[in-house]
Amino acid sequence: MPCLAVGSHVWLDRSGLQALIDALMAAGHRVIGPQVADGAIVLRDFGDATQLPHGWLDEQDGGSYRLSYDPAAGTFDHVVGPHSLKNFLFPPRETIQRFERNSESGTEGVWQEQAVAHDDRPLAVIGVRGCDLAALAVQDAVFLRDDRCDPAYAARRANLFLVAVNCRRSAATCFCHSMGTGPAVTTGFDLALTEFADRFAVAVGTSAGADCLVRVAQRTALPRCTAAEIDAIRAVPRDLRAQMEARLPECGRPRPRSLDTAGIRDLLFDNLEHPRWRDVADRCLSCANCTLVCPTCFCHSIEEVADLSGDHVARDRRWASCFTLDHGRIHGGNARPTTASRYRQWLTHKLAGWIDQFGTSGCTGCGRCITWCPVGIDITAEVAAIRGTTDTEGGA
Amino acid sequence: MSRPPPVFAQRPSSSAPSPWQSHLTKVMAIRPETQGVFTIDLVFRDACRGLRFAPGQFSMLHLPGIGEAALSIASDPAAPSPVSHTFRAVGNVTNALARRGAGDEVLVRGPFGRGWPLAELRGRDVIVAAGGVGLASLRAAVCHLARHRDDYGSVAILHGAKTPADLLYQREYDRWRGAGLDVFTIVDAADARWPGAIGVVPELFADLDVDPGSTSLFCCGPEPMMQAVVARAARTGIASGDIFLSLERNMSCAAGFCGLCQFGPAFVCKDGPVFRHDTIAAFLAVPHL
Repeated sequence: MPCLAVGSHVWLDRSGLQALIDALMAAGHRVIGPQVADGAIVLRDFGDATQLPHGWLDEQDGGSYRLSYDPAAGTFDHVVGPHSLKNFLFPPRETIQRFERNSESGTEGVWQEQAVAHDDRPLAVIGVRGCDLAALAVQDAVFLRDDRCDPAYAARRANLFLVAVNCRRSAATCFCHSMGTGPAVTTGFDLALTEFADRFAVAVGTSAGADCLVRVAQRTALPRCTAAEIDAIRAVPRDLRAQMEARLPECGRPRPRSLDTAGIRDLLFDNLEHPRWRDVADRCLSCANCTLVCPTCFCHSIEEVADLSGDHVARDRRWASCFTLDHGRIHGGNARPTTASRYRQWLTHKLAGWIDQFGTSGCTGCGRCITWCPVGIDITAEVAAIRGTTDTEGGA
Repeated sequence: MSRPPPVFAQRPSSSAPSPWQSHLTKVMAIRPETQGVFTIDLVFRDACRGLRFAPGQFSMLHLPGIGEAALSIASDPAAPSPVSHTFRAVGNVTNALARRGAGDEVLVRGPFGRGWPLAELRGRDVIVAAGGVGLASLRAAVCHLARHRDDYGSVAILHGAKTPADLLYQREYDRWRGAGLDVFTIVDAADARWPGAIGVVPELFADLDVDPGSTSLFCCGPEPMMQAVVARAARTGIASGDIFLSLERNMSCAAGFCGLCQFGPAFVCKDGPVFRHDTIAAFLAVPHL
């Protein structure tokens, strides 16, 4: 039996991935991982390791996402797709309260609150990147405050099992190195995989991760990594980081992104009337795609859903977006009636207000908002324009 | 393995209360105040304890199937039951609330937010400036000031409305004056029968003998009105740090989760709705923030 203490590293051969999935399912987890669907790599339930996107690569740029297949590529050489952990821990639509009206009014009152059944099967997510672990920590800070806590999120979070992956490839839209969230996964995972040609190195992050590996070890050998091998494992994300920091624009290739975060809170709050907000508003469709794919955006609204009798009422929490007029609606007007004011709200909240609210940036550098913007608006280019370090041409 | 591995990382958790806790209330009474403005008195059913709240806090009033409205609590904090809310019937929920009658049920979540800093201001002069139905969010503070009159210096209530008929809580002015509060009113427009002042709330400062160093200002009303009052108070010499405003924004959860009420870096629902002016002045100056 190998040493599976927290902090140790073992080797898992490629066929061992199925043993890992089986062990998680046997422990009662609903297992979610990356799969190719609808021309993208999305997160879905699965049970068969062959469903993982082995050999698939994603080319990403502003407003562009294309998959390609390369038999030499690994299982996790894609980066992030449109989904994130948010889709599962803070689902797009969820009933949070339910009320029923008694036809005969008794002493208990006409309206009675009913318990809401949440799908609380423990989730296990395979393939989580550093940026998305950071995003999870950001959402934890939103929903698990010391003074108030969202019970549905808390229930799912308590049982979440995370199999992280150290990236060994980046997309042009990735800028985790700027935000300090990746590509290395350093904390907040149960197990962390680093992919090599013929096998995976597995780092044990928690006792739950170790417990899982004990079950995996019943099916497949888990030889311990040597000190030299651990150095080689740690070099994988470190080398990628160095490569990301050295990336330079090349003709005909998507421009590599980075974001200068120095003094960014004051930079943005001191430039609330910068002409760039109107410039970006001329390009922005106010479609809300960026907020939907953002792994940290948490705004939501409550929708009152009644049946035809009116006796059965659900209150559904739905993702909201600061790009919609509904977000700022108040009696007698709207707090943010223009696209410029709504884009400014999104960007200043994400990169400035978030620091006041939660002590961290709301941006993890995953690049999703750049890729999935239909017109290719680029958060890094908009900040650079406000900083005055680039020309102020359109980002697309 | 000989022994279980050490627990390396606890999964993040919180045992803090949920914002989704509804209290069942029954309408004790509902009465029209002015044209389109109503006060609803609610009796809490759970343990008949009413609601502990601070002046300036608000609750979410919920009519199942119709929706929720964020309404400031307008009753005397020293009298926990009934709990009153004064509101203008302008939307789905407030119009439906206005049609409730005695004995009907209303679900309530709350209280939420930070109210007027009354305890910190003991010994100071207080000016309460309210535009229109904005006086509703100040009524609990006025009740407190009247009840604890000796704890404060001079207290002046400046209330402006569109017409004399729109002045809120008129039947209470004599009682407030009897308790030692000065009440000044002003209206945008009136006919010849109106003996009082015509104009806007900032003009009422001319009637006051303000000692700016010992005066704090509470203000609630439409944002342009508050901006004008703040500008007038600044001319009087009242410091930005002695001015408190109650803001209104869209609210859905009321507890800092839904994000709809954001104003600059603040969540109006939990960091406000009452803000010290100097903490938000830079953001108030920006249109459409």
